Amino acid sequence: MNPQNPLHTESRWRKYQKEIADDHYYYARSCIRQNFFPGSERAFLKIMREELNKDIFDDPRHTTCTGIAYHSDIVPQETTSTVIARHFALMTEMGYQNLAISCVTSFGLYTELLETWKHFPEEETKIHEMLWKATKREFVKPKNLAHSSDIFFHNREQIAAKSQFNLINQKTGESLKVVEHIGCHYAKIFPEKGVGGAEFPYVLAGMVESWGGNVVDYPERRHCCGFGFRNYLVMANRGYSVANSKKKFESMKPYEPDFIVANCPGCSMFMDRWQYTIAEMEGTTYGKNGYGIPVLTYEEMAGLVLGYNPWDLGLQMHQVSVEPLLDKMGIPYNPDEKYKVKRNVALPLKPEILMV
Amino acid sequence: MSTLYGMLLTDVRFVEGLNACMNCGVCTAICPAAEFYNYDPRKLLNQVQLKDESIIEELLKSETIWYCGQCMSCKTRCPRGNTPAFVVQALRKLSVKLGFFVESEKGRQQFAIKRTVGENILKYGYCVHPEAVAPSMHPEQGPVWQWVHENAPSVMERLGASYQKQEAGTLRKIAIEDLDELQSIFDVTGGTEMFETIEKYSAQQAEKMKLEFNDQTPNEYFFNVYTEDNHNHQRNL
Repeated sequence: MNPQNPLHTESRWRKYQKEIADDHYYYARSCIRQNFFPGSERAFLKIMREELNKDIFDDPRHTTCTGIAYHSDIVPQETTSTVIARHFALMTEMGYQNLAISCVTSFGLYTELLETWKHFPEEETKIHEMLWKATKREFVKPKNLAHSSDIFFHNREQIAAKSQFNLINQKTGESLKVVEHIGCHYAKIFPEKGVGGAEFPYVLAGMVESWGGNVVDYPERRHCCGFGFRNYLVMANRGYSVANSKKKFESMKPYEPDFIVANCPGCSMFMDRWQYTIAEMEGTTYGKNGYGIPVLTYEEMAGLVLGYNPWDLGLQMHQVSVEPLLDKMGIPYNPDEKYKVKRNVALPLKPEILMV
Repeated sequence: MSTLYGMLLTDVRFVEGLNACMNCGVCTAICPAAEFYNYDPRKLLNQVQLKDESIIEELLKSETIWYCGQCMSCKTRCPRGNTPAFVVQALRKLSVKLGFFVESEKGRQQFAIKRTVGENILKYGYCVHPEAVAPSMHPEQGPVWQWVHENAPSVMERLGASYQKQEAGTLRKIAIEDLDELQSIFDVTGGTEMFETIEKYSAQQAEKMKLEFNDQTPNEYFFNVYTEDNHNHQRNL
């Protein structure tokens, strides 16, 4: 407590900070981010190495953590824990102590595992034994767990110093209005492990503010994107998923956001795809003139700020068009290059309702 | 023989997730599943803490335990430090172990998840993979995903991914020795046993329902559990 500050805001805010390692990371990739946003993980490594001069190891032996299967309850906790322990072992073998985790589900699980072992040390012993029996590997627990967005947050001013474009509407000079979504498992399970905790989400907001944008504080800001694991994976359940996303879209629409930035790869994908689905199902669109609200990953947002080519970042893989945002930011792009690949392939079909 | 409650107590998630619940209902107020389904985590926790074996058995056979979306919003909010979503995980695990999951429409879906995400893990080393997200099963993914799916090698090459290549990088092909380690972990830790249990009880259920069941995915039983909705699950219908 700071007696000079009657509201104790400084000391109160301190509990919403987390320690983020400054360098030398072992990269834990994400199934969903690689699948739907492959350009984002590539951009992350490029920014880390070439813009921030950080050492980060990309290990081909790293696999899924099984998190989606775990939260869908088709694998036991021991299986997921031992797969994560194998990643700890690979990290240990390569001489690293800090993890940079690309997936919010994985981040929640890695954190949950370390916290479980604090309360149930016999579980840690069991997992050491299981990993040895299965793989003859041994591990040391990581010293620092960071979600990869934490590291961009940590270096947000360095990125701002290298920026080519700002989150500012070039025509009006006004800051862009940005909806941020940190994803449930980033801070709802262990609030003290996320920047700002579950109540004051700041990991993405900090980047947005440093890069010129304004964060929209709308009523359903903390509501789940609707993934719901089994509630999306099984076709019969997808009404749950789209209904939750719709609740967020309806809540943010009156604030006329220029784009959404999401922490979790699943949330990024769902908020993009469900806008398409809602448009085709009932004709509702949430952006201007029949378009959707563009949804970016934080790597894509950083890449645009740093002046990377939108099509190198993979923005052509989004169903909601990003061009309205690029136009506002004054980012040049060649529309003919959008879907260009080496082989001559047909362009994607156009949706019936959603403007692209 | 252990009681059902005794079996739940062997799961650390259950021990961590349930202290005395005072029935305040904050979990239900924040729960996205409670807003959509006939679901009430407050009621669920209260039923479990009664330690009544017949109530617990009923829950294990019910639709109720399959509604939670595992968002964990309840963990943040509970003033007593309970986590209904952890209790749900323990209930689901026990429901699978005892074969009770096939007694409910939502529970039977475990078979579809095992045949998709579960098998992706051991086949590819990823929970999801471009080859495995078929547009016919995922119409919500839209025409851009269909374009990516149909041209994955070219699109991934354009984005600098290591797709189908055995090297470091995005979407690289996971080496057979790493997949073997995953399989070995599944064998040692109960993952393989859980998959076999889901298969065994699902095969029996398919026979009861007179639906074709085999090693191919999809099959008639798979389509049934993947798409069937009796429309009795939602709250406002």
